[in-house]
Formats: sequence, structure tokens, C-alpha cells
Amino acid sequence: MSSVKWAHSAAAARPRLAAVGWRPALAVLAWLGAALLTRFYPDATRHWPWTVGLANIELGMALAIGVLAVLAPRSVRVAKGLRHLAAWLIVLALLLAAWELLTAKLGRLPMPFFAPPQALIAVYFNDWARLLDSLWHSALLLGSGVLLGAVCGFIAGVSIGWSSAIGYWLHPVLRILGPVPSTALLPLCFFLFPSSWSASVFLIALATWFPVTVLSWSGVASVDKAYYDVARTLGAKPGFLIFRVAIPAAMPHVFVGLFMGLGASFSTLVVAEMMGVKAGIGWYLQWAQGWAAYANMYAALLLMALACSGLISALFKVRDRLLAWQKGAVKW
Amino acid sequence: MVALEKPRSAGLALHIEGLSHAFDIEGTPLPVLENISLNVAPGEFVALLGPSGCGKSTLLRLVAGLEPADQGTLQGDGQPIIGPDPSRVVVFQDPTLYPWRRVWDNVALGLQAQGVLKGQRQRVDAALAKVHLGDFARAWPRQLSGGMAQRVALARALVNEPRLLILDEPLGKLDSLTRIAMQKELIDLWQRQGYTALMVTHDVEEALLMANRIIVFSDRPARVKSQILVERGYPRRRDDPYLVELRTSILQSLGLG
Repeated sequence: MSSVKWAHSAAAARPRLAAVGWRPALAVLAWLGAALLTRFYPDATRHWPWTVGLANIELGMALAIGVLAVLAPRSVRVAKGLRHLAAWLIVLALLLAAWELLTAKLGRLPMPFFAPPQALIAVYFNDWARLLDSLWHSALLLGSGVLLGAVCGFIAGVSIGWSSAIGYWLHPVLRILGPVPSTALLPLCFFLFPSSWSASVFLIALATWFPVTVLSWSGVASVDKAYYDVARTLGAKPGFLIFRVAIPAAMPHVFVGLFMGLGASFSTLVVAEMMGVKAGIGWYLQWAQGWAAYANMYAALLLMALACSGLISALFKVRDRLLAWQKGAVKW
Repeated sequence: MVALEKPRSAGLALHIEGLSHAFDIEGTPLPVLENISLNVAPGEFVALLGPSGCGKSTLLRLVAGLEPADQGTLQGDGQPIIGPDPSRVVVFQDPTLYPWRRVWDNVALGLQAQGVLKGQRQRVDAALAKVHLGDFARAWPRQLSGGMAQRVALARALVNEPRLLILDEPLGKLDSLTRIAMQKELIDLWQRQGYTALMVTHDVEEALLMANRIIVFSDRPARVKSQILVERGYPRRRDDPYLVELRTSILQSLGLG
């Protein structure tokens, strides 16, 4: 008993630095090394602007990690976060340094195709207005299409699941139209619709609609019949059975459909923007490639990856809020 | 004229006569209930006992109004039973709580479905208090043990002030200790509220401890085989020689003696 007590107090008295381990220190060293490499190793083929800027950003990372590591003993949250991220922070610094070395410093990778990291920073600084504008247009197009598709898909799925009369008419449409990749309809839609924008909204909506419909339907169809019995003996009317029993019970399925729909909508968006819509990130990618501005392309790709990931994360947040009653759902 | 209305007794009088019912299994009818006649007095506790799968649960579904009967008369207080009604509430073997609703909202289900929840929220609190789960109002169903979940299901039924409580093996999936505790609780609630109770069970001892009258059913299609009056007050003791003797005779009539 006393030895247990002793061990406990010893752990408490141990130097606080141990709380985050030695990895943050390694991370600081790695980022410092990357900064020194970027700043002082001579460029191979040409001088890249923003080299000093990149070095300063790397230095900034080293400093930020250092400051957090010093603050960590004061805050459990910071300590936990830092301990969790430390390994990735080290690897990121090494990868960035390797990228810098292979492109700008040694020139091992063929040049216009592989831009060094500082070229991306230059793009973000010089072309931010156009990038932001593209992002905004993509968001508008995606938002309109996904909203339309998700709402229609949810209503269609619940209706098919609930009413066999509606199912009779909607089911064949779903079976024929649903599995067609919506990008295959792109050429057709561009001349059927008054504008390429409305055609794209339709196609993105279609891409979202299919999985949302199928999963809302299967969600409603798989509701435990006993739930309806319980509600009916307690005096529930059909409206109550749909909105208070069938739909809440189907929500986990609906969210799987939304995730699949959102994923499908991304690819439709980019293809639509590359093929006809004269704005947006897809258009920017195409445009950058046409001018052999590969740094711009990478910059736009990175931006797109972050934006898409952000949207998926946001959807996960919404799901976690709405489906807090579920246990053991996948964490994003 | 309103003043002349008879005060509503707490329990429902159930009248069943010549009730027959069959399932449709891929086109061929499978008879499950055959010519069942049964009268239950207001406030009586009747247990239905019979071999597994004999059709007792089907009888309960018909009484609840969840399905229309093929043949025969089914009346509550002289009115034909044509559909489900909150005055006849079922407690199933599984608690079937809605996992997306907290305990309180599960109990509030009936009042909400009837559109009377506003202004009567205290009835939900009172029902939860009756089953000693007031502290769990904000819990999710997945956080409850089996016995607690079944008590929430009981509260969800009682909040509607049913005149007939239909119990479909309500304690069937509980461990034996929880079961004994809940048998007492069910008897307490029944005595205090005065509703009529109709309970399906597989457990002869449970029927003897709880019911005023035990109806023994034959194998499928179910017919009333015998009726046993249990003339003992509450609380009853398991080792009461009178009950032990009844138990032996019931087991014999079930062909298990």
C-alpha cells in the first residue's frame, strides 16, 4: 500500500518536461534544420523568390512548437495535443526538407513539372485573389448542387421507403438513372440546359442524389417494426410515425448516403469546371496546366484538398451532433 | 348531462368471444388462435400461460388493436376494439426504447404522439419517479441495464394512465434477481393504479406470484385449456404450500408434471 503511494507521488514530482516526451524537441530540431537548409543551401538551377520566406515559415514552426512545448506543463489540452501531433510534425519537416532538396537545391526532379515549396508560397501571395475567387465559385456551385441533391434524395428515399405507391414510380427511375456516372451526362446536359452553370448544378445534384436516396430508402426500410407498434399503441398518427420514428431511426443511414454523395459531388464538380464552367478550382487547375504553370496547379490542388477535407470534417461534426445517441461511430 | 356520466373506473372490462385468428404463410393459412372466449373484470390481473409459440402473443396483439382479428368478438368496456388506443398499452419483451431519444423523451412518447405533452410534462417526471428512475431522465437508452430499460418501457406505458396494461413476457429477458424485484414492482404499480392487466408469461411461478387468474393455453392453435383462480392476497410467498400445489397441477395440465 505504502509503496503504491510512494510511486504515485514520485510520478507527480517527476520533472514536468517528461509530460510531452522528447518528440517535440526533435520536431523543433527538424523544423530548424529545414529552415537552415532552405535559407543557406544554394539553389541549383535558378534563384527562387520566396526562399527566405519559406525559411522563415519553417523557423516559425520551430518556434511555435518550442513555445507550445514550454507551455504544455501548464495545460493538459496543449500537452495532449502536442504529444499526439509530435510524430507527424517531425515527419512533415523531413518531407518538406526532402521536397526542397530534390527540387530547388539539387534539381533532381525535372523542373517545370515539379515546383519547389517556395513556388507554391509565391502563388498563394501573388495569385490569392484569383484562387479565392475560384474557391468561392466552386463553393457556390457545389453548395447549390449538393443541397439540391441531398434534399431531393432524402425526400425521394424516405418516400420510397414509406410508400409502395411512390416506390412504384421512383424505383425504376432510381435504378436506371442512379448508377450512370453523372459526368457521362455532361455533354448532353451542356446543350439541354440554358447555361453550363445550371447544367453543372443539375449534375452535381444528381451525383449526390443517388447515394442519398438509396441510403435514406434502406434506412427507412430497415427500421425495426416494433418501433411502429410501440408508437401506434401509444396513439401515434401516420405523420408521427414518419417524422418521429422512421426518419430519426433512418438518420445513421442517411448520413452514410450524405458522405458518399459529397464524395461523388467533388469529382463531378471538378470535371464540370474543367469541361465547361468558366470559373472555380477545376477551371483554375485546367488553366494552370494549359499555361504550364505547375506551381499554380499544385497550389490549387493543395487548396482543394484542404477545402474538401474541411467539408467532410464539417459533415462529420454535424453528424456527431445529431447522432450523439449512437455508440462507436467512426471518428474522422 | 355531463354530471350524470358514470365515473370511469380505472380498469377496463375485456370481453373476448369466439376469437379465431390465422397467419398467412405463403398462401396457406396457419391457425394460431381457435375459438377463444375470455372475460376479464376491471382491475383483474390475468396471466396467460402456454407452450412457446402457441399464439399467446398474437392474442395480445389483437387485444391491443395492432391487428384485426379474423373472426370473433373483441370488446373493451362493451366497445369493439378496432385499432390501437392509448388506453390499452403494450409492454413488450424487448424494451424497444428509441435509441435516439433520451430516457425522458422516451417516456414522453405517448403524450407527445397524442399532442398533449405541453402542459403535462410533470406526468412524465411522475412516471419516471414511479419506476425509481428519476435520476436517469437525461441518460441515453444504451447507457441503461436490461432491467432499467424495461422499467423505462413500463414508465412509457404508465404515463398514459392505461386502463388495460398488456404485458408480453415483460420480464422474459431479465436476470433472475432483477426479475424478482420487478415482479414486486409490477404488483405494486398494479395495486396502486387499479388498471386491468393481461400478461403473457412462460414462467408458472411468475404467473402464480402475480395473477388473480391463470389461463392455460393448449399447443398451437391456442385454445383455452384450463383456468385457475389464485385465491391469495399480496405479497405472495414462493414457498406458500397452496401455490406450490397449484404449480404442480398447472405443470401437469401442461403435460410437464
